[in-house]
Amino acid sequence: MIPELEKFVGFSAKNLPKDEPLASGHRACQGCGEVLALRMVMKALGRDVIVCNATGCMEIVTSPFPQTAWNVPWIHIAFENAASVASGVEAARKVLARKGKIPKKHVDILAVGGDGATGDIGLQWISGAMERGHDFLYVCLDNEAYMNTGVQRSGCTPYGAMTTTSPPGSQSFGQVTWKKNVPAIMAAHGIKYVATASPAYYLDLMNKVKKAAMVKGPAYVHIYSPCPTGWGSAGERSIEIARLVVETKVFPLYEVIDGKYIMSRKITKPKPVTEYLKTQRRFRHLKEEQINYIQARVDAEYEKLLKLSEM
Amino acid sequence: MSKRVGVEVSIAVADAVALARAEVIPAYPITPQTHIVEHLSEIVANGHLDAEFIPVESEHAAMSCACGSSAAGARTFTATSSQGLSLMSEILYHPGPMRLPIVMVVANRALAAPISIWNDHQDIMVQRDIGWIQTFAENGQEAVDLLLHAFRVAEDRRVALPFIVNIDGFTLSHVIEPIIMPDQEEVDRYIPPFKPHYKLDPRKPVSMGPVGIPEVYTEERMAHNEALKASKRVILQGWKEFAEIFGRQYNPVEVYRTEDAETLLVTMGSISETAMTAVDEMRNAGKKVGLVRIRLWRPFPGPEFRKAIGKAKTLAVIDRCLPPGAVCGPVGAELRSLLYRVPGAPKIFSFVAGLGGRDVTVDRFKEIVDKAELYAKKRPVELYEVIGVREK
Ligand SMILES: Cc1ncc(C[n+]2csc(CCOP(=O)(O)OP(=O)(O)O)c2C)c(N)n1
Ligand code: SF4
Ligand SMILES: [Mg+2]
Repeated sequence: MIPELEKFVGFSAKNLPKDEPLASGHRACQGCGEVLALRMVMKALGRDVIVCNATGCMEIVTSPFPQTAWNVPWIHIAFENAASVASGVEAARKVLARKGKIPKKHVDILAVGGDGATGDIGLQWISGAMERGHDFLYVCLDNEAYMNTGVQRSGCTPYGAMTTTSPPGSQSFGQVTWKKNVPAIMAAHGIKYVATASPAYYLDLMNKVKKAAMVKGPAYVHIYSPCPTGWGSAGERSIEIARLVVETKVFPLYEVIDGKYIMSRKITKPKPVTEYLKTQRRFRHLKEEQINYIQARVDAEYEKLLKLSEM
Repeated sequence: MSKRVGVEVSIAVADAVALARAEVIPAYPITPQTHIVEHLSEIVANGHLDAEFIPVESEHAAMSCACGSSAAGARTFTATSSQGLSLMSEILYHPGPMRLPIVMVVANRALAAPISIWNDHQDIMVQRDIGWIQTFAENGQEAVDLLLHAFRVAEDRRVALPFIVNIDGFTLSHVIEPIIMPDQEEVDRYIPPFKPHYKLDPRKPVSMGPVGIPEVYTEERMAHNEALKASKRVILQGWKEFAEIFGRQYNPVEVYRTEDAETLLVTMGSISETAMTAVDEMRNAGKKVGLVRIRLWRPFPGPEFRKAIGKAKTLAVIDRCLPPGAVCGPVGAELRSLLYRVPGAPKIFSFVAGLGGRDVTVDRFKEIVDKAELYAKKRPVELYEVIGVREK
């Protein structure tokens, strides 16, 4: 256990903050799981925070000037560099506090981006910030494609999924690669806290965000974020899908605290992956062969994770 | 007390950044800028400057960090060159409209390919429209003075714009010159603490860098352009105050032996020193030649330039950049636009010279003047000429 987390008190259904640092009235699609996840992140962090947002759906839907959904300080510069912007903000606050120009009071610095911003184009910027040890948390809102530009595949798009740049056809069954393990890449930096979360388990999500903020130095939370528009799923089923993904072991929930893997929720009676896949049109074209492969690989990946957690 | 020291210009520039009390310095090494940030990291490591030195993983990250730290209210400095400046390019367009007064030194260097570490102005000319204030230094003293001026002006609340001071790579950055280093008390008087209009602060939340829908984009870009144009007043005031405190006077455009001159060389940066020698020799030989040096490149000082050229008949503009396929070099093109249809305007020719570290000698300047005078009589096919090309 790391010392910063000794005083950790979790959220419960009874003490959920009523305050909304991210206001409603933004322009996200109906049933957007990503903005819901972001709302939970912000509820967990409260108002003493500075948000550095990467370009992507969340930046676009919350900030069309002269409107803003943000009740907390917020900055957007570009697609790939939210972690660098956060590094600059953190460094500035450090020196300004030392010089007595701002109060010494701690303010959380949140860098937030989509799976594209995080696992693909921004990987170097995040790696640099993690390696340098800035005191900030990075949240990846993973809707498994570049949604803002119209559902193109990313390194986080799951095997077999249809996107506008991984279309199934006579020579293809959709995305041909397995989902990139971005949390493992983050953990490889030796940072103190890495976690995965899903908005269906909102207390777990908020507690993980709170821990990530409490840890001194960089921390990372990877949040599965259903996107009805990009996935061809029903808006009212986003939470259900966010639960199914965990129950089928497709997206396991865990923490990596100081290098130690800890399962947040062990799935002893997993549902078959088909139950998850059939909720979304992006998997509709998959044949038995691919579905069998997905089931086998999901099982194997889960076993690997369990082993890590038993080490 | 200010004192004159013999020092490498890069070291003096770094010392000036410390005198200006920069607070956040995200930086990445690249020749010929590296000595500046190396020395700065040393100054911070030794506790001579209370700042955060961030050894970022790329120049793109350096500029991204700089945006974050400036937005959070810290005085922010970085330096780069050539490939590094190009890598920053995407982010260079943000601090202008976002009104983040980052100060940067660019040690000017050629662009690949072929890769070249040597001096010319191609790196900055392709970033001409990033919307920063830009000046060009001629010598080491000027590099130090223009840098202090940059901090003074950029952060002025009437300006709030980023600022680049260009110094020629190697020919300026790496030479040892006698430089008067101002003392701390004078610099503190000249550069007040940074108090931005807005900053990222939970006590007073603001949203920075939002989406610009078509209904606001034009106005946003125009507001930035107006601010950049209007900054000239404060730039001039900053130089006036500088003269009052430090005793050295600077102007947007400098002239040398332009009285009664018929042909003027037009230069930017350290090449101007050789140009002055050439002007002296040509004057001794009875030629009516002078020199106009542009110090302030953005916002472009149109009226000052028009005044500086007086009644000259021909301008021989030195462009240290070859824009492939263009009508003319960038400085030449700028001046042609400025003087187009101005009654009595001189004839203008652009001479692309000194690319990738090629020396521009006194004899070359003479050749340029001769050619300009010839072309004024007999219009050449092209509006520019690459000077000093080896035949074999
Ligand atoms: C350098 C650069 N390349 C490409 C883009 C275009 N672009 C903007 S957002 C985006 C996709 C964002 O995807 P992701 O990070 O997954 O966020 P999402 O929209 O899915 O939430 C792309 C490709 C850009 N803005 N900048
Ligand atoms: S496209 Fe998807 S992620 Fe983007 S706002 Fe709509 S539902 Fe949310
Ligand atoms: Mg995405």
